[in-house]
Amino acid sequence: MAELTKSGVAGVLARQGILIAFVIFMVGFAIANQRFIAVDNVFGVIRSSAILGVMALGVTFVVIGGNLDLSVGSMMSFSTIVVLDLHDKLGPALAIPAMFALTLLLGAFIGFLVGYLKLNSLIVTLGMLSAIHGLTLTWSGGKNMDIADKSGTWFGFFGQGSVMGIPMPILMFAGLAAVLGIVLARTPFGRKVYAVGGNGTAATFSGVPRARVVFTTYLLSAFCVATAGLMQASRSMGSQNTVGQGMELEVLAAVILGGASLLGGSGTIFKTVIGVLILGFIQNGLLLVGLEFYVQYVVTWTIIILAVWLDIAAKRGRLWSPIA
Amino acid sequence: MNKETLIKQGGIWVFILVELAFFSIAGEFLSVTDVAFMDYGNMLLLLKQSAPIGIIALGMTIVMINGNIDLSVGATFALAAIVLLDSMTWPFMQALGDWAIPLAWLFALLTGTVLGAINGLIVWKTGVDAFIVTLGAMLGYRGLVFMYNGEQPTSHLNWTLVDFAEAQFLGLHTATWFLLGAALVLWLVMTRTVHGRNAYAIGNNREAAVNAGIRVGPHFLWNFMLIGFLAALSAVVFYSESGSVNPNDGMLYELWAITAVVLGGTKLTGGYGSIISTLGGVIAIQLLRKGLGHIGADTETVNLVIGLILIAVLFLDRQLNRRGKEELKT
Amino acid sequence: MTDQTPALRLEGIVKTFPGVRALDDVSFAVMPGEVHALMGENGAGKSTLMKVLGGIHQPDEGRIFIDEEATVMTSPIQAKARGVVFIHQELSLADELSVAENIFLGELPRKTLGRVDWAALYARTDDILGKLNVGFNARTRVGELSIANQQMVEIARALTVDPRAVIFDEPTASLTDAEKVVLFDVIADLKARGVGIVYISHRMEEIFKITDRISVLRDGQYRGTLNTSETDEDEVTQLMIGRSLDLSRNHAHAELGEVAIEVRGLSCGKVYRDISFSVRRGEVVGFYGLVGAGRTEIAETIFGLRDPDAGAIYLDGKEVRIASPIDAIRHGISLVPEDRKGQGLVLGMNCRDNMTLPQVDDMTSSVFVSERAELSIFDHYKDKLDIRTPGWRQTVGNLSGGNQQKIVIGKWLSMNPKLLIVDEPTRGIDVGSKAEIHNLIRDLATQGYAVIVISSEMPEVLHLADRVVAMHQGRIVREFTAEEVTEDSLIQAISGIGGNGAAQADVTAQDAGCSRPH
Repeated sequence: MAELTKSGVAGVLARQGILIAFVIFMVGFAIANQRFIAVDNVFGVIRSSAILGVMALGVTFVVIGGNLDLSVGSMMSFSTIVVLDLHDKLGPALAIPAMFALTLLLGAFIGFLVGYLKLNSLIVTLGMLSAIHGLTLTWSGGKNMDIADKSGTWFGFFGQGSVMGIPMPILMFAGLAAVLGIVLARTPFGRKVYAVGGNGTAATFSGVPRARVVFTTYLLSAFCVATAGLMQASRSMGSQNTVGQGMELEVLAAVILGGASLLGGSGTIFKTVIGVLILGFIQNGLLLVGLEFYVQYVVTWTIIILAVWLDIAAKRGRLWSPIA
Repeated sequence: MNKETLIKQGGIWVFILVELAFFSIAGEFLSVTDVAFMDYGNMLLLLKQSAPIGIIALGMTIVMINGNIDLSVGATFALAAIVLLDSMTWPFMQALGDWAIPLAWLFALLTGTVLGAINGLIVWKTGVDAFIVTLGAMLGYRGLVFMYNGEQPTSHLNWTLVDFAEAQFLGLHTATWFLLGAALVLWLVMTRTVHGRNAYAIGNNREAAVNAGIRVGPHFLWNFMLIGFLAALSAVVFYSESGSVNPNDGMLYELWAITAVVLGGTKLTGGYGSIISTLGGVIAIQLLRKGLGHIGADTETVNLVIGLILIAVLFLDRQLNRRGKEELKT
Repeated sequence: MTDQTPALRLEGIVKTFPGVRALDDVSFAVMPGEVHALMGENGAGKSTLMKVLGGIHQPDEGRIFIDEEATVMTSPIQAKARGVVFIHQELSLADELSVAENIFLGELPRKTLGRVDWAALYARTDDILGKLNVGFNARTRVGELSIANQQMVEIARALTVDPRAVIFDEPTASLTDAEKVVLFDVIADLKARGVGIVYISHRMEEIFKITDRISVLRDGQYRGTLNTSETDEDEVTQLMIGRSLDLSRNHAHAELGEVAIEVRGLSCGKVYRDISFSVRRGEVVGFYGLVGAGRTEIAETIFGLRDPDAGAIYLDGKEVRIASPIDAIRHGISLVPEDRKGQGLVLGMNCRDNMTLPQVDDMTSSVFVSERAELSIFDHYKDKLDIRTPGWRQTVGNLSGGNQQKIVIGKWLSMNPKLLIVDEPTRGIDVGSKAEIHNLIRDLATQGYAVIVISSEMPEVLHLADRVVAMHQGRIVREFTAEEVTEDSLIQAISGIGGNGAAQADVTAQDAGCSRPH
């Protein structure tokens, strides 16, 4: 049985495994196909990961706070549909804040249920996944939503525009990651999120308002989802009701891949960004070497299990589980 | 049976009665058709339509009683369906005539069992939480589904099979018999066998179970194989009739199954739950779907209502289980 | 007894963990029909020894003999098969299952097809329960039983084999006096049947009442065995702590300040009733009583974690409403909670962040947490409390119990509280740290802090407190000054002897709990 010591090579491998795997992956693909590390390809990958990435930023807060959010996918569909619909009714300048307000309301509702009523977050957000999907369908009447005059609006800026040659989705992802990264790492609120997720009871005994902190993590998550919805709507100028379907689990996969524990109390924004990029580059790399998009599912599966396994193996000091 | 257990186990059936009453009465005023909601044929159809999610939910109950969860059942369902339909087109299978049917079933069920075994082995050997293992597998197995036949649907209609699937015996459809049969067997397993009782013990107090010499790892493996088998069985029942599977089929089935199990009162933390109550949860959901359709509500309302009911059930459960006022405000 | 062979004998057991020699050459023997106490401070190695016996840990050196036959224990099941069974302090039952299923957990009798042989199961269970003379049957769901009855289920489980040795680990921790009597009867019965019994407990009264011999561990080493009839508490304590811990009686101080907190008529359903007391600045008030007497719950109420259903709290003479720990902290109240790991610390966080958690909002420069301000607090209390840690980055979960407790104390001292409540301040802490924490608490009083000490250790209360409040079943039964309190009077008070029996009936009659806002 392999004994892993924390300071040994194996320990380093286990703790930084995800970064190392990332590097090996990148080098491998770069050798296989020069285009992989070309600037425009790298930009392309980050750009197409940006929507997932923005959602993952918010979910990182929720997960560190010790909860789950399975509703982000259907919530993202909701914001996309809502902002597209309101765009033609109110104009983009009003549609965007209105959509943010509605999405935040949903986030507040979940935050109230999980934070203040202390209901199990897995089931609450599972229920909300379904409920918000219903809400979206009710809003759209089940039809696809399209902006009528696609050329006559500045709405496309968030998804298609660029500033100083850098595409807006990348800027928004990077900007939000930077801001939220600092919030999590450097502010009292961030500290409280770790405390609540690490040991909610001890946090309460230290005067941390646990319910309010959890509530706020869901608000933040909803804010990120609204931003992602805006980016999605702006990029495509039209959408189906199911645009975000299934993303909740991909987002969670990225967060877990980044090393956040589902038990709460650990993880960082930086690691989540790495997790998101790994997913993005795997997808891209596999496409570039000529494999179909769905091969990435299998690869992602393998990587998630390996990453989490090595992580807990390093913590318990042995590779195989002690379960009899 | 004391009052508490009565409320817990009776709750779902009371809810079903309320649904029946509500939709019958509301249907009188709102229904677009003349058919009464509690029409015999309607109810039979309801049971049949409950079968695919229902069979999976039975397996989910056992896995959740263990304190685990399986998010990969939807993908397992799809892969088993593809194997079922595709295998019947293999040359040697075609040579067998209708004898290909049981063999195709066997292949499909084997597929599900093997996929379940993979999850079980990973949970056992690596000690990674089942939520993460099966979350990964949900992606991975779906990838396998796509790799099998690209983005194309896989189709094969075998009329003998369709006849079998559409047959009614004693008034009940084939699918209903499978659902009820599976429920009966699993109910016996959970209440009468050592394995079933150990499942409760492990979910209830895992450390105590380990100390008492129950081998938790192999136990988990068996149950994951069981849920994989049941996901495949569900696919067998459904696709024998429909004859065509899309690579995205079965998506979100895991969520529906979990919803049914939770409605049935199984504890997320494990150690408590019942097969019969899950059956109630499955029927309750299907009643809601049909009922809302009956009174002219759109499909979207179903999602909304089920989501909110799930949350309401969770809330009620918490109120019932609360230690009351002596609880600490943490 | 001397001509008999021991039922269970340990010889030269050594067990090391990285950095710690948890067991260092431990030997002792239990005779058939003997009740043998195993004593030692927390951390002395008792639990490690039990894990070695139970096959959970393998010893590095040494041997285990059952009836003088060398045995290697590899698992609890195997230990049980050899006739060594454990009655754990924390019950290991599945409360959704029946009594019978729990007793035969892991070894349910089978029929064909893996079916449970219920008839055999219930017959065998009834057989065992008959020997124990209990008031529940084989089909009862364990979750419906009282703690004492659940313990009986554990004992019944031990009797499924023909035990050679039964190890009781703090069995009376949550039992009432009446329930203890039943337990001691069972132990006497086992003893009469020639079973060797290892009895682990901190409670001297019990030890001297039921045991034949006492073996003592200290710092992982075997310190000797005494015949119970030939020794006394002092000698045992001396062996346990090695040097005498200064637990001299405290004497009240002449000068006390203003009343810092006064509590009047506080009630909380069944938990406690009609609690009135006050604490002055510079005074240490000790709360003494059995587990479940309501002491911790009063502290939790003052700290805003419970809402009382009657009564009032006055701070500096003004009535205050404390609805949450945030309110309590704002009013200058600090609570060092009973459960260090569960309530006191975020174990996965580093030392510094744990210490500054209650005031992290105030530690900002602009909007960010000021690491410098945090470090200055951490360094100050690290020095002041002599916290031994490689650095502030160390994860708290990796520190020893004593250092962890100092982090918690530092956390609350750094808030400069008007009232400091410490609940079981030295539980699970080595003797050295214990003395330091005692000195610290006395110093705080001298500096003018108002302090409430809740403790289950009488010497600790007597050593620290200027006044002692004795509680029994949710009521304050008596208040003593340091001068008038004696050990006997205190024990009588907390046992309800000579107390007001009518008042107790009153408490239990209240079936409503104290309300919390809905």
